[in-house]
Amino acid sequence: MAEVSLVRSGFTLAAIAAVCTALVALTWQATYERIAANEQVWLEQSLQPALSGLVFDSGVTDSMLTIPAPNDLPGSGDTIVYRVYSGDRPVAALFVVSARDGYAGAIRLLIGVDADAAVTGVHVLEHRETPGLGDGIETSKSSWAAQFKGRSLRDPVAAGWTIKRDGGEFDQLTGASVTPRAVVKAIRDTLVYFEANSAAVFAATADGQEGVSE
Amino acid sequence: MTNLLERFKAGLWYDNPGLVQLLGLCPLLAVTSTFVNGLGLGIATLCVLVASNTLVSATRRWIRAEIRIPIYVLIIASLVTCTELIFKAWFPALDRSLGIFIPLIVTNCAIVARAEVFASRNPIGTSIVDGLVMGTGFALLLMAIGAFRELVSMAWLLAMLPPGAFFSLALAIAAKNALDLRRRDRHGDSLPRRSRLINR
Repeated sequence: MAEVSLVRSGFTLAAIAAVCTALVALTWQATYERIAANEQVWLEQSLQPALSGLVFDSGVTDSMLTIPAPNDLPGSGDTIVYRVYSGDRPVAALFVVSARDGYAGAIRLLIGVDADAAVTGVHVLEHRETPGLGDGIETSKSSWAAQFKGRSLRDPVAAGWTIKRDGGEFDQLTGASVTPRAVVKAIRDTLVYFEANSAAVFAATADGQEGVSE
Repeated sequence: MTNLLERFKAGLWYDNPGLVQLLGLCPLLAVTSTFVNGLGLGIATLCVLVASNTLVSATRRWIRAEIRIPIYVLIIASLVTCTELIFKAWFPALDRSLGIFIPLIVTNCAIVARAEVFASRNPIGTSIVDGLVMGTGFALLLMAIGAFRELVSMAWLLAMLPPGAFFSLALAIAAKNALDLRRRDRHGDSLPRRSRLINR
């Protein structure tokens, strides 16, 4: 008897699980296009901080390029790069990288680098650093991220590319050094990668546009 | 009709999920820093609560006691996922501002409590009303605390920070109890009615 009821309970559970899964699947069907469109709008908005002051006439998100892992950019997975051009001349590349050595999980960063290898802007896309301390890296919370604009590997030179506490040139945040240290390192690594690969980054064909040049 | 009125009084006041049952305190304390956040999470919770009460009540005949909890978990988890997708599709700004707290509705004990205490023992119609009433009670409390904290934070920044949530909720509960006591003294009511539905 007990076994029969056990089996019946199992079937009830399976049936309800199927119904619930169907419900989620239907909702997803009904919403995924809108969600993708919203994310596109959000993405274009969030790329703006790294584009200020640049003159370009190309689209931003349609020049998306995925640099497959393993690469020398910060973060462990594939890295996404958006490139902007003025005519055929490369203007800037926007890297979406992850600093993995923050205080709490990965810090997703948008780092813009212009054709002369100088930073055009740094913007934190996602992080889980301590509110009130490490979250000062957010542009909306403090002007900390503004100090990178215009800096390159020649300004300062290699040893200076860390926070002041470690003998470098960049400000840390009051009460937080792990977070800024991770961000500075990610920016430096991105610049090093750009230095070595900028020609290839700008010349590569955008994702999903086989053979069509910019 | 009087029954319906009683229901509403219970959900909004005598049995308010936040003020009296003290359920769902995690979202209540975490997202009420502004009125809009309170409103958004309140509406999302209300939708999930009504839908979960409906589904639990509709399937109650087939749910055996020993597997009821996994079934509630399944139902609530899928409804929360659907709500999250809907918010992402139609209210993207609100979704970003509420962030992790929309998926975390799944941990709101008020929802599983209504499934267990009410929807699993009552027909669909009354279960929907119960979900509406309890959800509205919870949403109104979220909005009230959100509005209060947003206003007070102009003068006193702490109201916006996590401790402000605890102070505000404590004040809200104290105010409710004070009103109940005053009413009792004035009308000679018996002890404030509380939690009939909980202390079955």
